[in-house]
Amino acid sequence: MTRLTTRARQLWLCYRLQLKILLVSPFEGFLGVVFPLMFATATLLVYRVEGDPRAMAYAGLGAAVMGVWTSVTVAASSLLNRERWAGTLELLVAAPTPFLMVLVPITTAMATVGLVSVVVTLVWNRLVFGVRLDVASWPLLVLGVLAATVTIAMFGFLLSVVAVRYRTAWALGASLEYPGWLLCGFVVPVSLLPLVVRPLSWALAPTWAVEAMRSAASGGSPWGELAVCLALGAAYAALAAYLGRRLIESARRHATLALT
Amino acid sequence: MSSARVFFVGGLLSFRAQFNWLSPWILVPSLMVSPVAQILLFAYVGRAAGVGDDRFFLVGNALNYAAIPCTFAMTFAISGERWAQTLGLVLVTPARRLPLFLGRALPVIVTGWAVAVFGLGVGSLLLGVRLEVAVWPSLLLAVAVTSVSCTSLGLLMGAACLRIRDGATLGNVVFLVLLVFCGTNVALADLPAWMAAVGEWLPLTHGIEAARSVAAGAPLGDVAGPLVRELLTGLAYGVAGLATLGWMERDSRRRATLERM
Repeated sequence: MTRLTTRARQLWLCYRLQLKILLVSPFEGFLGVVFPLMFATATLLVYRVEGDPRAMAYAGLGAAVMGVWTSVTVAASSLLNRERWAGTLELLVAAPTPFLMVLVPITTAMATVGLVSVVVTLVWNRLVFGVRLDVASWPLLVLGVLAATVTIAMFGFLLSVVAVRYRTAWALGASLEYPGWLLCGFVVPVSLLPLVVRPLSWALAPTWAVEAMRSAASGGSPWGELAVCLALGAAYAALAAYLGRRLIESARRHATLALT
Repeated sequence: MSSARVFFVGGLLSFRAQFNWLSPWILVPSLMVSPVAQILLFAYVGRAAGVGDDRFFLVGNALNYAAIPCTFAMTFAISGERWAQTLGLVLVTPARRLPLFLGRALPVIVTGWAVAVFGLGVGSLLLGVRLEVAVWPSLLLAVAVTSVSCTSLGLLMGAACLRIRDGATLGNVVFLVLLVFCGTNVALADLPAWMAAVGEWLPLTHGIEAARSVAAGAPLGDVAGPLVRELLTGLAYGVAGLATLGWMERDSRRRATLERM
């Protein structure tokens, strides 16, 4: 087996195993779908008061992606702590497979749960609120959703590494949920936010993915937004890889890997 | 005297145990950042949709977030003992059940109240909503009544957790129900009739209604009706919680399932 196929097999097996674990978890599977779905419902109930179908479609499209953000940020921030409490963190770090190659498929599996949420939310919006999406280009829209999924997975990768020293990291992840929904412009145009926080929005890859999705839906060209989105996702991955190596070395040196 | 000690000291110890004995840091993201972020999220949704005003979303979401500490902390005050394998020890003591469990509720009520007041204060500053000094005493009272009723719901959930295992999932589902059905972001009059009818029987609904009125300058006497309804709703959930707790305790003893994970 070549090195490439060995790596691909490891990534696939790790992804499949983690996806199975997540999908049967009431907290990360069931709630990962239901929590953003109910927030999308609350949001659409607000938009429904005015009853503007264009505004409903605008909010409905963005609300569908909220689930990807939720599935990844909440679970990824406590990813390493979960392994630590399960007693498997040392085994993963000591294994010949690079540790970062273990984290990427896990956060990708989390983002896949978010993809389920996208589909469920779109169907829910159509059936319950009658939100009809008039999409000019479905392939480009799907590309936008996939770009959002991949880059949010990379953001989760970065988050999981950064939060390793924070004992109650799950709370940190949960507290990122609403700010992310707001800053990424899922249900509120970024142009409505105060000027001082807009740079934060621009630094978040999902902001560009949602813009790309809206461009694809309205018949515009989403390629520029997609390029920025993917570049930011690559930057998250590179930063996470760098920090991950440094933090693991530090944890080994100070014997704090298993510190609970 | 013994019951008073169980109520105050036992309640405080149980509350402190929820923070893993070490650090209150967990309070910052969960009980300070998230409530303000939820207020801002829906205030901006309201602005984008051209619905309501900032004060409407500020009051609704600040009170809605009080439900998080009230329901979760009350649930975990009971189910946490089960996970720590100390529930059997707690229930085998001769201490009276009423002060034992209500003592656990008191710090939870104070926390829920503080979280909502923090959300109101910081949210009003960030959104530029002016809440006159004169409205604060009535507003604080409305928040306190709402915290009591939400904690009563938490008591019922805690009792249910003697039978079901996943208190965190249950807590989130209940929070979502309160978010959508209680008029947090959409006035009951604008909700579908069946949703408004459900909301009438939930804690939070009348508390939010009263708080919105006093925040807009209504005198306390004008909101006596909603506040009393909120209190009665809380009382009903509290009685149901204590009754369920007693039933679940007896049932768990009979089936030897008290500490089954």
